[in-house]
Amino acid sequence: MNAPAGRQAGAGEPVFEIRGLSVDYGRGNQAVHAVIDTDLTLRRGEVVGLAGESGSGKSTLAYGATRLLRQPGIITAGSVLFRPRAERPDLAVDILDASPEALRSLRWRDVAIVFQSAMNSLNPVLTVQAQLTDTLAAHLPDASKGERRKRAAELLELVGISVDRLRSFPHELSGGMKQRVMIAMALALDPQVVIMDEPTTALDVVTQRQIMQKVIELRDRLGFSVLFITHDLSLLLELADTIAIMYAGRIVESAPAQLLFRAPRHPYSAALLDSFPSLHGARRVMTGIPGSPPDMRKPPDGCAFQPRCRYALPRCAEEVPELTPPAIATDADRLVACWLHQERDLPDQLAAPEPDGRSRRLVASAPVPAAPESAGGA
Amino acid sequence: MTGTSTGTSALPASDRPPGAPVLEARGLTKHFRVHSRAARGRTRFRGVVHAAEDVDLTLEAGRVTAVVGESGSGKTTVARMLAQLIKPTKGTILLDGKPVSGRRLHQYRRKVQIVFQDPFASLNPIHSVRYHLSRPLRIHHRAHGRSEVSAAVKALLSRVKLDPPAQFADKWPHELSGGQRQRVAIARALAAGPTVLLADEPVSMLDVSIRLGILNLLGELRDVEGLAILYVTHDIASARYFADTMTVMYAGRVVESGPSLEVTDHPSHPYTQLLLDAAPDPERTGPRVIEARGSAPSLIAPPSGCRFHPRCPHAMPICSEQQPPDISVGEGHVAACWLRHADYEDATGSPSPAGNVPA
Repeated sequence: MNAPAGRQAGAGEPVFEIRGLSVDYGRGNQAVHAVIDTDLTLRRGEVVGLAGESGSGKSTLAYGATRLLRQPGIITAGSVLFRPRAERPDLAVDILDASPEALRSLRWRDVAIVFQSAMNSLNPVLTVQAQLTDTLAAHLPDASKGERRKRAAELLELVGISVDRLRSFPHELSGGMKQRVMIAMALALDPQVVIMDEPTTALDVVTQRQIMQKVIELRDRLGFSVLFITHDLSLLLELADTIAIMYAGRIVESAPAQLLFRAPRHPYSAALLDSFPSLHGARRVMTGIPGSPPDMRKPPDGCAFQPRCRYALPRCAEEVPELTPPAIATDADRLVACWLHQERDLPDQLAAPEPDGRSRRLVASAPVPAAPESAGGA
Repeated sequence: MTGTSTGTSALPASDRPPGAPVLEARGLTKHFRVHSRAARGRTRFRGVVHAAEDVDLTLEAGRVTAVVGESGSGKTTVARMLAQLIKPTKGTILLDGKPVSGRRLHQYRRKVQIVFQDPFASLNPIHSVRYHLSRPLRIHHRAHGRSEVSAAVKALLSRVKLDPPAQFADKWPHELSGGQRQRVAIARALAAGPTVLLADEPVSMLDVSIRLGILNLLGELRDVEGLAILYVTHDIASARYFADTMTVMYAGRVVESGPSLEVTDHPSHPYTQLLLDAAPDPERTGPRVIEARGSAPSLIAPPSGCRFHPRCPHAMPICSEQQPPDISVGEGHVAACWLRHADYEDATGSPSPAGNVPA
C-alpha cells in the first residue's frame, strides 16, 4: 500500500455532501429534533470545522451522516452523497441509501472517524499492534500477516510515535499518544474523508497543539478532507479552511475561517467570538452570552437563538430564518440564517467589512510563493 | 446588595483594604506516597509523587490570583492544600497572618471556601437548592430559625444572579443548567461568609458562551465584596482576562509569577512561552517562538535541576544540575529560569522576554 503523494486530483471538488439531513431522538410527539434540515459540503483536501455548544447537534450530525446513530436516534430526512472518485464527480453514493455491505466497505476505507476521548476508544486488553492489524485484516483480507505488521509500523511512524510502541498496551501510553494511535487507525486504509469528533478536548493545550499540527501535516501530505467537530471556536479559527456554526440543531452561519473571525454575520457567531478572551491587547470587559443554550425538548419558537439575541426582532420569534447569502456583498462562499439581514439597518457588530485575506492555515502546505501576508491588526 | 436585612449575609471581607494579604502559603510541598498491592492484602511502598514543591502563594483581599498549568502541574494539589482538604508534607499556611491549628480549623473552613470544577458532581441530586444553601448557614451559625434562613438563602441567590430567588430556592439540581448549578455552588461557598474563595477550574466544564458570565460574577465578588480569590485554570487566556496576578506551575513547581498582563505579554520562562504559543490564538501574526516537544515528566522521579530542562530548547548544562533561583525580571514579576540569571544571560542566544508579543 502506497500513500498517495501530495494533493489528490480534483482538489476543491465536493467529496462529501450532507443535504437536508434531519435527525430525531425518539418518535412521535416526544421526538427531540436534534438536527434539522442541515446542509454541509466537504471538498477534497479541505478542513471544515463544525463548532457549537453541547447539545447543538454537532456530533449527532456526524453520526447521522455516517449512519452510526444509536437508538433512539432516527434519520428522518436528507441524503449524504459521497463521491468516491475525484476523476468522476458525477459518481455518487448516497450513504443513507447504501446497502449494509456497501456501507461496511465504505466505512473506514473511504470515510473514517476519530471518536471523542481516545482513552475509552482503545481496547485496554489489546496491544496497539493488535488493534491496528485487526482493522487491516478486516478490510484487506488478502494482505499477509507480515504486510499488515509493516503497515501498522508505518502508521505509527506517520503520526509520530516510535515503532517500539507497537507492543504497548493503551495504559502504557499518554493521552496524547492514545489520540495519535486513534488517528493512525483512522488513516489505516487511506480514507478520503476523516471525521474528527472533539479529538483534542481531553488533552492539554501543548499536546493539543502537537496533534493539530500533525493532522494538518498529514492532510497536506495525503490530501484527505477533514470534518473537525469541536466546541472550541478559537481552535477552529486556526485550523479550519471553512467553519460552520451550529446552534440548536441548525447551521446558523458558514464561512471561510478568516472571514468568520474578522466579519461574523450571525449574532450568535459574533457573540461566541466575543466569549473567548484574547491573549493580546488591553483587557476589556466581555459579557459572554446571556441565558443558557436551549432545551431541545422544548425549543423556542422561530429562530432558536432569539431569546438570547440582543438584536432580536418581533419576526425572529415567529419564523425560522433560512440559511442564505448575507445581505452584505461578498465574493466568498458564505451563508447566514438571520432575519436581520433582511432589514435595512444591520447592527455594526454584524456589518464589519470583509478583509481580502483568504483563510489562513495552521501549517503552510508548501513553500508559499512570496505573497505578502495581509498585516491583520490585532 | 439586596436582601441583607437579616444581617446574616454581612459583607465579611471588605474590612480589609484591597491588596492586603489574607491567605499566605510558604514553601508548600506535597508528596503523595504510592503503594502497590502485594500478596495477602499487604501493600508495598513504590515511591513518592512530588506533586507540589516549595510553592509560595499570597492571596490578597479584592484580588484574583490565577494558578495556571497543565494537568499534573500541581495546581489542584495547591488549591486542596489551601482548602485544608489534604495536609501539606511541608510548609505553612497563614490566614490573616496566623498559622492554622486544629482549634482554629472550624474558623478556617468558614473563612476559606472552595468551588469545585464539576457542578454536575458537586451538588447532591437528592437535595434542593434551598437545602444546599441552608446547611452552611446553620453549620456556621450565620442564620437561625426558619424565616431567617429562608431570607438568607434568597439573599445568596440574588448575590449570584439567580433571579427570581424564591423560585430557584425550590429547584433541584437536575432542573438547572450547568451555569446555574455553578452559581449555586458559588452561593453555597458564600453562605459560610468567607474572605477567601478557592475556585478550582470553575468554568472548564461549562459551555463557552456562559463561562464569561461566571467569571464576571466572581470578578464582581472581588470588586464589590473584596473577596480574595484563587483561580485555578489550564486556560491562560481566561487567566489573563480575569486575574490580577498569575502564577505559572510546571511539574509541581512555580516557574513564573507576576501581574497577569505582564506575564502573558512578556513571558520570561520558556514554559510560559510554550503555554502561550500552544494556546489557540486566531490573532497570532508572527511565527511560533517555541516548538512543543516531549511531554510532562514523571513526578515520581522528576528531572534534576529545572524540571523543564528536558523539553527546553534553551537548556544549558546548569539547568540539569541546579534548581534555578527566583529571579526578578520586572516589578513583581519573577521567573525561575537560569536564562534570566546575570551569570548566564549573555552566554546563550536567549530569547527576548517579549518574544510572544505580536508585532
